[in-house]
Amino acid sequence: MYISILVLLTLVLCAGILLSALLAVILKNNVGAIVSAGLASLFASVVYVVLAAPDVAMTEASIGSGLTTMIFLYAIRKTQGIDTTSRENK
Amino acid sequence: MIKRIIIFIMLGLMAMIFFNLASNYVENESLLKLGRYYAEKGPQELGAPNLVTAVVVTYRGLDTLGEVTVLFISAAGVGLLLRRTRRKQNDEDLEKADRREERAGVHKPASEIVETATQLLLPMVILFGIYVFINGHLSPGGGFQGGAIIASGTMFLLLALPESHISRILIAVTESLSGFSYVVIGVLGVILAGGFLDNRILGLGEYGDLFSAGAIPLIYCFIGLKVGFELSAVLDRFRKDDTGPEKT
Repeated sequence: MYISILVLLTLVLCAGILLSALLAVILKNNVGAIVSAGLASLFASVVYVVLAAPDVAMTEASIGSGLTTMIFLYAIRKTQGIDTTSRENK
Repeated sequence: MIKRIIIFIMLGLMAMIFFNLASNYVENESLLKLGRYYAEKGPQELGAPNLVTAVVVTYRGLDTLGEVTVLFISAAGVGLLLRRTRRKQNDEDLEKADRREERAGVHKPASEIVETATQLLLPMVILFGIYVFINGHLSPGGGFQGGAIIASGTMFLLLALPESHISRILIAVTESLSGFSYVVIGVLGVILAGGFLDNRILGLGEYGDLFSAGAIPLIYCFIGLKVGFELSAVLDRFRKDDTGPEKT
């Protein structure tokens, strides 16, 4: 069966999205999980470029993998202490 | 146990839905009716080479206004939830407190590599964001994309120089002014042209020029400024007072 390079690239990138999304769910380390969630949307933005949607790709790259990751990291730093105390109270 | 079973049933239903979608998928051979109308009439009516942004701003302008409103509400929500616990009467006092905090060096400094790279890249990133939203009607991108790129510039700045000061008043004034002007342009469309957010209140100009396509570049400038400053404000909110959770 003939598969063009473009289709192959798209499939590989989609596999990358799935893998990094899975990692984001599985990883116990919070920072690692956040980074792999960002990686998923980075892969997604490359897929958008390959599928000829540069407008969406720009938004995904800057908001999905940039700003969201950053905001999650800030949020983790803000809530770190709260998390442990609530666990102790249980 | 019951919870698990429900989760599995839900997953099964989701799988069924997606399986149906995937198995019935047929690629469209031609454009649908509405799509064909946009593709044929859009360039003449709107005068913008980038049809995507033209449709987003004019035919679907009300949706874009809704999106901007959603973003505004979320930024306001972040501002409300992360408001300072210290009782400060007005913005100027807050600014003073911020400056004091910054002088005291509460935040950890970044490495030299990050700092130098940011000083080199930051002007370019901001300039690129402005380029993207000014050329929204010509090249891929538009107000949202440009604004998001500008906000990434702010993110760089906050990463490299955590002590840097972002004026809260400037953000508030720019954001409200651009949001207001956006709606004013929309209403002008009702008065002077065909309807709300009609871009033909200004001349269409030469097809493919920077100053063409009526009010589209103007609208995109306002959207870009609004989105950029809003997202920057959200980032700034998250940064402030992040020396750890309060001890209660």
